[in-house]
Amino acid sequence: MTLSLFALQLLNGVEYGLLLFLVASGLTLVFGILGVLNFAHGSFYMLGAYLAYWFAERTGSLLLAMLIGLPLMVLLGLFVERFAIARLYARDHLSQVLLTYGLVLLFNELQRSLFGNEVHGVATPPLLAFRIPLGDQAWPAYRVLTAFACLAVAAAMRQVILRTRFGMRVRAGASNAEMVEALGIDVRRIFSSLFAAGAALAALAGMLAAPLTTVYPGMGEDILIVSFVVVVIGGIGSIKGAFIGALLVGLSDTFGKVLLPGFSSAIVYALMAAVLVFRPRGLLGQPA
Amino acid sequence: MSAPVLSRRFLLGAAAASLVVRRTFAAAKSKLRIGLLLPYSGTYAALGNNITDAMKLAAKEHGDKLGGREIDWVAVDDESDPAKAPANVNKLIGNVDVLTGPVHSGVAMAMMQIVRQEKLLTIVTNAGAQAVTGTLCAPNVFRTSFSNWQTSYPCAEVMLKAGHRKVVLMFWNYSFGQESMAAFKEGYAKGGGTVVKEIAVPFPSTEFQANLSEIVSLKPDAVFVFFAGAGAAKFVKDYEGAGLREKIPLYGSGFLTEGVLGAQGAAAEGIKTTLHYADALDNPANKKFREAFQKATGRNADVYAVAGYDTVNLLSAALDKVQGDTSAQKELIAALESAHIDSPRGPFRFSKAHNPVQNVYLREVKAGKEVVLGVALKDAEDPAAGCAMGK
Repeated sequence: MTLSLFALQLLNGVEYGLLLFLVASGLTLVFGILGVLNFAHGSFYMLGAYLAYWFAERTGSLLLAMLIGLPLMVLLGLFVERFAIARLYARDHLSQVLLTYGLVLLFNELQRSLFGNEVHGVATPPLLAFRIPLGDQAWPAYRVLTAFACLAVAAAMRQVILRTRFGMRVRAGASNAEMVEALGIDVRRIFSSLFAAGAALAALAGMLAAPLTTVYPGMGEDILIVSFVVVVIGGIGSIKGAFIGALLVGLSDTFGKVLLPGFSSAIVYALMAAVLVFRPRGLLGQPA
Repeated sequence: MSAPVLSRRFLLGAAAASLVVRRTFAAAKSKLRIGLLLPYSGTYAALGNNITDAMKLAAKEHGDKLGGREIDWVAVDDESDPAKAPANVNKLIGNVDVLTGPVHSGVAMAMMQIVRQEKLLTIVTNAGAQAVTGTLCAPNVFRTSFSNWQTSYPCAEVMLKAGHRKVVLMFWNYSFGQESMAAFKEGYAKGGGTVVKEIAVPFPSTEFQANLSEIVSLKPDAVFVFFAGAGAAKFVKDYEGAGLREKIPLYGSGFLTEGVLGAQGAAAEGIKTTLHYADALDNPANKKFREAFQKATGRNADVYAVAGYDTVNLLSAALDKVQGDTSAQKELIAALESAHIDSPRGPFRFSKAHNPVQNVYLREVKAGKEVVLGVALKDAEDPAAGCAMGK
């Protein structure tokens, strides 16, 4: 492997990992703080991608499509939380899995009837339709932008959770909801906005990924499985863990494909198993 | 309390009586029951619908009668799920005179095991698995679509002729991809070409970036791939994204661009593929078929619809010879074997193994449209490895 190829594979791995982080962070937030195992998280990713496709097709601009699509996804997140998830906070994980799996089927059928079964492409914004040369290789500019957008979101999330009053209440609500409630803070509102934020994060990832991955039925399930691996590796509920887990998965998947081609589909799971052997609660998981 | 029981009994009796009446009525008219084992839900639903609609279109062109019998379509959604295939096939066994379908090769393999036992006349309308007309071939089974071999073997010679002596192969690592690659390598080795590297991507993964970077560093003359559907759309976009499209020519079996050209957009420009059909084929039968299909369904016909259309036309020709008598299976099979139809894909006849002998065309994407460059292999006949029929 030449140096430029190695560098490029490193970038490929990091870029894939960052995109995974965007999806996994919402999943781990909702699970860690709301205590809800949300199978429909992949559906939000899928719907985000479809909205990006649909609005980009009609407005001619991916950015505009995102600006229209994201608020819609926030509304959808609020709606789903209010009418479905909110009823399950006190229930066990099995009921949550049943409900959210039902939502997956519902959203898939919705996608089928609204957008059909065809594969759709989303054009890369013309401004970014160039490549950055790297030795004898080239890296598409849009991938660079995706990577930086994911990094920016990660930094913003960190700021919000650690430095704002909302973030403080979220953290407090996660560790002792009753106490926070007793202090006169509406935990229900915090939870619902958090769930909506999780949905928006997944949708944003889907929108960013749409020009790279094309838009197709079943894309939500594909990303959901890898995201769960990321969350488990990182430690459930830990954003920082999800970040590290996502990068680990991205890198091991990328290098696994090149160095161990026959083993590549298993390598991510092998990584997860290895982490769980040494850290049963994930890399940064809190003891129960 | 006895009144409802009585009335229920009465109803039951009436229902049974009407059933008997309907049975005898059906026997008198003796409708031809054609089974459709096709996906009507899931990823391949569009394919199943196109095959079905094309079959019904062909039937309509024969006055909705085949061999003088009216038609009863018996459709079962196979969900493209091999695990459910035996149960789904058994729903049709005994209820149909002819079985047609499926799209998915895994479903086809399960179906083969049963119809070989039951000796039910079966026409495979899409699944390209080699075994259907190879190791599992049977006198009562025909195929009107293609074998995987036919979609890939001819491309090897095309690439060698173009001066590509060193290739990288990349494919989804499941039976279709593997059979496609094996056929390509057979042709490529024969012509003295070298395969630099084979990259097997686990199905249905669509993370290609790492492997594309690798291809750049391997510097082959060309790349030959097997991907289909969403994976094909993504691969072609990634290939362009990595800057490979201008540098290293991309070839594939026709499924690389079939049905996904719109999603691929400009990234598909210049891709050359081989397949037994192309939308743009210039012959009267194709023009007539495409127009009629568009009129009947409002959709564009495709390679899947062609197989459905030909299936009913072949059945019609063969059933005419036996006056619609499906119990005369030996004669019916002989009639199918010698049947001649004017297919939208060009000349069509069955091989000894009951697979189509057909032209494979070389196509290129130009300005967003599939253009036919010519015939890559005339009268391509699958080698039918493992089939003893007619040998």
